[in-house]
Amino acid sequence: MLATESPVNYLNVNTSVASWLFTKDHKRIAILYMVVVTCAFILGAIFAAGVRLELTTPEGDLVSSDTYNKLFTMHGVAMVFFVLIPVVPAILGNFALPLMLGAKDVAFPKLNLLSWYVFVIGFTFTVVAMITGGVDTGWTFYPPYSTDGSNSNVLLAGIGVFVTGFSSILTGLNFMVTIHRMRAPGLTWFRLPLFVWALYATSLVMVLGTPVIAITVAMLAVERAFGLGFFDPRLGGDPVLFQHLFWFYSHPAVYIMILPPMGVISEVIACFSRKNVFGYSFVAFSSLAIAIFGFLVWAHHLFVAGISPYSALVFSFLTYAVAIPSAVKTFNWTATLYRGAIWLKAPMIWVFGFLGLFLIGGLTGLFTAALGIDIHIHDTYFVVAHFHYIMVGGAIMGYFAGLHYYWPKITGRMYSDYLAKLAALLVFVGFNLTFFPQFILGYLGMPRRYHMYPPEFQVLNVLSSSGAAVLGIGYLLPMIYFIYSLFKGEKAGANPWLATGLEWQTQSPPLPHNFPVQPIVTEGAYEYSKREIKVA
Amino acid sequence: MSGHVSPKSTYYAVFGALMVLTAITVAVAFLHLGTLNFPVALGIAIFKATLVILFFMHVKYSSRLTKMIVGMAFFFLAILLLLTLTDYGSRGWYASDRGSATAGTQVTVTGPDRATRPAPAAEAK
Amino acid sequence: MPDGASIHAADHGHAHALAHGHEHEHVHHPAHQHHFQTMEQQAEASTLGMWAFLVTEVMFFGGLLMAYLIYRVWYPEAWSEGSQELNIILGGFNTVVLIGSSLTMALAVRAAQTGWRKGQIVFLILTMILGLTFLVVKVFEYKEKFETGHVPGPNFHFEGPYGPQAEIFFSLYFGLTGLHALHMVIGFGILSAMLWMASKNKFSPQWYTPMELSGLYWHFVDIVWIFLFPLLYLVDRAHNVV
Repeated sequence: MLATESPVNYLNVNTSVASWLFTKDHKRIAILYMVVVTCAFILGAIFAAGVRLELTTPEGDLVSSDTYNKLFTMHGVAMVFFVLIPVVPAILGNFALPLMLGAKDVAFPKLNLLSWYVFVIGFTFTVVAMITGGVDTGWTFYPPYSTDGSNSNVLLAGIGVFVTGFSSILTGLNFMVTIHRMRAPGLTWFRLPLFVWALYATSLVMVLGTPVIAITVAMLAVERAFGLGFFDPRLGGDPVLFQHLFWFYSHPAVYIMILPPMGVISEVIACFSRKNVFGYSFVAFSSLAIAIFGFLVWAHHLFVAGISPYSALVFSFLTYAVAIPSAVKTFNWTATLYRGAIWLKAPMIWVFGFLGLFLIGGLTGLFTAALGIDIHIHDTYFVVAHFHYIMVGGAIMGYFAGLHYYWPKITGRMYSDYLAKLAALLVFVGFNLTFFPQFILGYLGMPRRYHMYPPEFQVLNVLSSSGAAVLGIGYLLPMIYFIYSLFKGEKAGANPWLATGLEWQTQSPPLPHNFPVQPIVTEGAYEYSKREIKVA
Repeated sequence: MSGHVSPKSTYYAVFGALMVLTAITVAVAFLHLGTLNFPVALGIAIFKATLVILFFMHVKYSSRLTKMIVGMAFFFLAILLLLTLTDYGSRGWYASDRGSATAGTQVTVTGPDRATRPAPAAEAK
Repeated sequence: MPDGASIHAADHGHAHALAHGHEHEHVHHPAHQHHFQTMEQQAEASTLGMWAFLVTEVMFFGGLLMAYLIYRVWYPEAWSEGSQELNIILGGFNTVVLIGSSLTMALAVRAAQTGWRKGQIVFLILTMILGLTFLVVKVFEYKEKFETGHVPGPNFHFEGPYGPQAEIFFSLYFGLTGLHALHMVIGFGILSAMLWMASKNKFSPQWYTPMELSGLYWHFVDIVWIFLFPLLYLVDRAHNVV
């Protein structure tokens, strides 16, 4: 279907199942990840639909409270660990990184394949946990409920999360070494595309943070299985210790989720403004700053858990500090647009969506970072809205921007630009309809993780659930037009966007080993001034 | 590939130092140093680890990048330990008439003992 | 392998573009992986990868160390009593054994660096013997703990008022030493693989990367024990607390 009549590329060089399952090609591994992540996304979306359906009425009448607990837990587990963490690094990162570096593959191709198998195994454990009864502790697994009170598949889900963590570690390790040691001749650090800087910063977080949640989940599992007392006050333990250890990873994890999409945004904004990213080195360093500072703020999730108020003060201050590099990026992207030759193709529309939604999400993070405010809005829908703006409005939109940008390179085909812009619009509108009311609900005091609420909140909840339906349609569209493009899409050339970057200087889809001749780099990443501007 | 080849004497010397330091660790453990016992034991262990890292693991002769990575590992471990201690170390500093909102300086064991504790919840099937 | 002959031709093509004074090697070292341009790049990348992995190991043990730190400060009596239940002779012996195995491992890697096949085999075997000794001693220690009812769980039993907190101490004891022992078992497997490769004379001054990486791993496991020994066996031996 795809490339029988075109030259040898990584897709048609061998089409047997075995050549896919035993591949060492980073591009094929990226597609393998895309398949599993998309399945996880659909699974998570189904659980979300269950949640939003229940919440259309104030009474808990659709499902029991236990079942509702399972719905939001499994929505969170599926989306956090199996979608948000891997979606950009393991798919777009795997595909594009060696190409952007002018390399033939990542440093450890076999480890790369292993990371995918580990991911699949972890996902399998988790899905089994879901279908044999589910988990109801919340994706945060707090004891004492998860160790002592819950009758659900905590151990099984814990094993799934534990195993999946190693997939993340292997990816991060691979990317770190690849970026350090496999850059093309002439490709100095400050000539790197910003997506590479973002992936590097992400890799640091993956390598440093993930092991901590691994050991924490292991401690939780052992406590649950053998009745130990790490987190049990009756035996001298402290449940807040779990929260410290859990969030030591899980906060930096949100930077794993957002840094790569931010990198994508830099790439797409530069290309579709026909301009160098404003303040390149500031954007590059801001990625590192976010990665490092991101490790210093975790206890802002524990503000009302009973930590010392002095400690809370420290963490609140540090949380404000970590917002600064994110703001730097946002300002610099905006400045990139200024006096650029804006080319309104689909990837750019998704980028605009990102900019608006990430802005709101980021700003509301500042609200929650303030101790005085967080006392009131912690565990309300305000927080839920905040993180969905970042995670969905930011990370997922960034992923779709990147997917739309790289689709021609990955498949050699163009998709319908009109439908893609429509999808972006639907997602943007649906998203705001779903989550903006939740800010209000949270402010008014509606708690999260409850399947019933006071009747006066119903209008906002119905608005939110309707928005979710629109959002769902918005996400369905790409599945349709992308698959259609594989069969009927116009052939994309090597560089349909006239972009800079080594990945665009080779054929689409690329050769199995990427470049016919080793590229040598002599200029910076975004020399758009030297490229002709295409009038769309 | 060209890695630095250390003379065997270096390895034997480091081994000797490690043996001596182990003996010192044990001996000092029996001395009455009060609250200093712990930091001293830790300090000696850190010194021993440093010898292993520099000489057995060749970090002394490795690139700056390798040295940075080693430093990074311990830096972030320190962050985990120290920042968490800002919580545990300052609990109980603030107490108002209305009581304290913190989880307490430590957890007193007043609950039922193991024999009367309910068994851990069974996993759903 | 999915790669066809045409790809290999393109492979050689790249070397011509890399003209600047670089010698074109038509004879690749059998261990040369083709996505790397030179053996040196490959070796540097591999070593960097192992160090990145060791970083994850530091953080992995770090979680348990965090728990240890908090509870040691909270329950000094339980820590003191629990630690004194551990056999300091066996612990000290094991420390000497493991540091010794680090020495033999360093010498094994050195033998690989200098192409001395017999040395590699002898020192690897010595390392494995010492490692095995460590594990055997650990088995005896665990057995004794099992017999005295100090294994956390439903059968835990500890005299005195600090029982439940002592259970936390022993949970951390088994957690830390168990995790460490697991790493040693894996290390033993790695050493076996190295022994096999060394016996087949695979290593030379041109390429000894697997030995170097195995050495890094083994030394890391040694370093963990260097900390575990005082943290677990030497708490309050001067009876300041209890």
